[in-house]
Amino acid sequence: MNMLEIENLDVWFGTARNRVEAVKAAIFDVAQGESFGLVGESGSGKSTILRAITGLAPNWSGRITVQQTALTKKRPKAFFKTVQMVFQDPYASLHPRHSVDQVLGETLHLHGFKQIDARVVKLLDDVGLGQKFRFRYPHQLSGGQRQRVAIARALAPEPALLLLDEPTSALDVSVQAEILNLLADLRQEHKLTYLMVSHDLSVVGHMCDRLAVMKDGEIVEIMDVAALQRMEATHPYAQHLLQASI
Amino acid sequence: MAEHYLRAWLLTDTPTSRRHAKMSALYQGWLSFRSNTMAMIGLIILLLLVLIAAAAPLISPHDPFVQDLGNRLAPLGTPGHIFGTDSLGRDILSRLIYGARITLYIVALVALIAPVVGLLVGTVSGYVGGWVDVVLMRITDIFLAFPRLVLALAFVAALGAGIENAVLAISLTAWPPYARIARAETLTIRSSDYISAIQLQGAGALRIITKHIWPLCISSLIVRVTLDMAGIILAAAGLGFLGLGAQPPSPEWGAMISEGRRFILDHWWVATMPGLAIFTVSLAFNLLGDGLRDVLDPKAGE
Amino acid sequence: MMENLLDVENLWVKFPTRQGVFDAVRGVSFSLGRERLGIVGESGSGKSMTGRAILRLIRSPGIVAADHINLDGVDLLKKTEKEMRAVRGRRISMVMQDPKFSLNPVTTIGDQIIEAYRLHNKTSKSEAYAKAIEMLNAVSIRDAERVMRAYPHEMSGGMGQRIMIAMMLIPNPEILIADEPTSALDVSVQRQVLDIMDGLVKERGMGLIFISHDLNLVADFCDRVLIMYAGRIVEVCEANKLHEAKHSYTRGLLNSLPRLDAPRDRLEVLKRDPAWSEAPSVSGRV
Repeated sequence: MNMLEIENLDVWFGTARNRVEAVKAAIFDVAQGESFGLVGESGSGKSTILRAITGLAPNWSGRITVQQTALTKKRPKAFFKTVQMVFQDPYASLHPRHSVDQVLGETLHLHGFKQIDARVVKLLDDVGLGQKFRFRYPHQLSGGQRQRVAIARALAPEPALLLLDEPTSALDVSVQAEILNLLADLRQEHKLTYLMVSHDLSVVGHMCDRLAVMKDGEIVEIMDVAALQRMEATHPYAQHLLQASI
Repeated sequence: MAEHYLRAWLLTDTPTSRRHAKMSALYQGWLSFRSNTMAMIGLIILLLLVLIAAAAPLISPHDPFVQDLGNRLAPLGTPGHIFGTDSLGRDILSRLIYGARITLYIVALVALIAPVVGLLVGTVSGYVGGWVDVVLMRITDIFLAFPRLVLALAFVAALGAGIENAVLAISLTAWPPYARIARAETLTIRSSDYISAIQLQGAGALRIITKHIWPLCISSLIVRVTLDMAGIILAAAGLGFLGLGAQPPSPEWGAMISEGRRFILDHWWVATMPGLAIFTVSLAFNLLGDGLRDVLDPKAGE
Repeated sequence: MMENLLDVENLWVKFPTRQGVFDAVRGVSFSLGRERLGIVGESGSGKSMTGRAILRLIRSPGIVAADHINLDGVDLLKKTEKEMRAVRGRRISMVMQDPKFSLNPVTTIGDQIIEAYRLHNKTSKSEAYAKAIEMLNAVSIRDAERVMRAYPHEMSGGMGQRIMIAMMLIPNPEILIADEPTSALDVSVQRQVLDIMDGLVKERGMGLIFISHDLNLVADFCDRVLIMYAGRIVEVCEANKLHEAKHSYTRGLLNSLPRLDAPRDRLEVLKRDPAWSEAPSVSGRV
């Protein structure tokens, strides 16, 4: 069964003369429990696909299906219980005046959970932070700790599909290893499906089962990670990208 | 020892409860505010003003309304009347002390009305966008197009003279700049990741505006309000001076200057003393505003 | 024995804070010849501070202290601020991470390069213009005439960084300090910019200090590498032998990278040893 199906997805910004086609006729699907990577350079439209799925990029056409339900322009509240997103920059994705407790508590409240206190504690344990971080403000946390909070927030509504927008590109390599391990563990524990965007082929190679290579808004090649590791890209651009990242 | 323990508790990086975290954040802000000497001077002047206004009946040497025509226009340093008396023989010091109450009343009311209106209009306009933004911002432009005192004059003329109407008129003319600031802040905040993140939790516009955007706008508004306070006091004094604000015999500072104007060449202190009072309080607000900006400005933080 | 362009002895950078003095750099010594010297470390390791401290670009209340920072035998710390300005740019240049913040947004690129050139050389405008075109060509910018007329926001990240490098090289400095010059760029562009920098440095016999968090990049690009941790140098090695590094911190960093050619189920997590930050700084002198 497919968790996510994308058919002929076009995403654009601006109107008329200023219209920029960010994504052109993207087609791919992600199976239940799979981890799928989107790879490309900046401006290739990989993050835009995530923003279109979540509704943050409102101008799109084509078909997006999540768990067999086609999405319309407006996302119902239940949608956000299925799909959640982790942003690239942990320094920008947490409200500067909200403590960790407020961030998680509000998220749980919005999704109608009861026993919020107990759940906040559990979420913090899940992402390896623990109680003592509960009442801290973002400026009292390191980059890796912030990203853990952001992951906890995304896990709060118990989603099935997690969209990861370059979750480690703003972090040091040692912290990146911790976060990638955490994401791998969480995927196993919570039976999550990942759609991960990255410019780093080795990160995608480590985290994903299959990947799509994007260039200028188009998907030029879809391959599985075994092929990636054998450096067997067919499209010249994908080949070039592979060479550059070795 | 206990003090030392309290300080450590307040400065901790690992707060243990919601209240602890709040207190700690407040204390850190207070510490950085305290290190700004000028702002502390401003704060002390304003605290003194509040004390004086509260204790006016206790500390004023005379009744501010009692006339003594035999002793009119007594100069500075006259025994019993250290700041002299005005044209009706009333003690200027006592009138200044009671006038502090009126000044605070005006300042408090304007500070309650104008920024709140501005915040509402600005954040809604900035967050919702589209035609709501266009309509609200054009209304703001209309208000901005008039010189403040002229517009206030028109309002007071329509509503009738008096302190309450003067406050209302000043508030009505003071909100547009706040709306502009709030809108500009909202536009940058709206596109940030943490707003996207809460949108992805299904939060509605009302919650996002009140719980996520307001806390970030309020600090810059508070700074702007304290910096504007001087102008508001001056506008109130100006209306008083023109006879459209506080009515005689009320000891409003602007009205006092207006009365003293007739004698300014021979009896300069009658107009100068309330002028100095206005100057001191305005300066205090400006100093305080500068200090608050250093503490509250989110861009300076991190 | 290679000639030393720069010699730094016992460099400290301190920041007084409310909780006491924070030492960003703690007693670092190294020398730089006509070579490509890499400084690697995580954020907060003091690598950028080291680069800025050489040019005395640490903003107050930060304090730079050292036994000496000798440039050709002359101590930079003894120079006045005015004399320092003659050193910055003319003898030691610096390329920052994001070109967008280093270029003036309201002036065309051409005007900025010409101004920079005429600041250091007394020449006519037309001569400066010709020189600017030459510089842009040197950093592989094809239609230099068009770029000269453009504004910084019209440039892509890679272009902007090349322009910055061109500007930094105009006064023909002896030393170039590059602080994460390619981190904001895409992988394929990264390579081009590095190649350009490499060519220029070799051609002119300059010394290069290359500050980066990317171990593989530094191993590839530099001659010698200093590895910094918590304000100290924990290890110095030849760049091509970086993958045989001994220190457990360097090893930990290398092992925490995911690798395409050696897939693993779990990445190794760096276990920080408090002894690393206690151990005295290793000398980076040749």
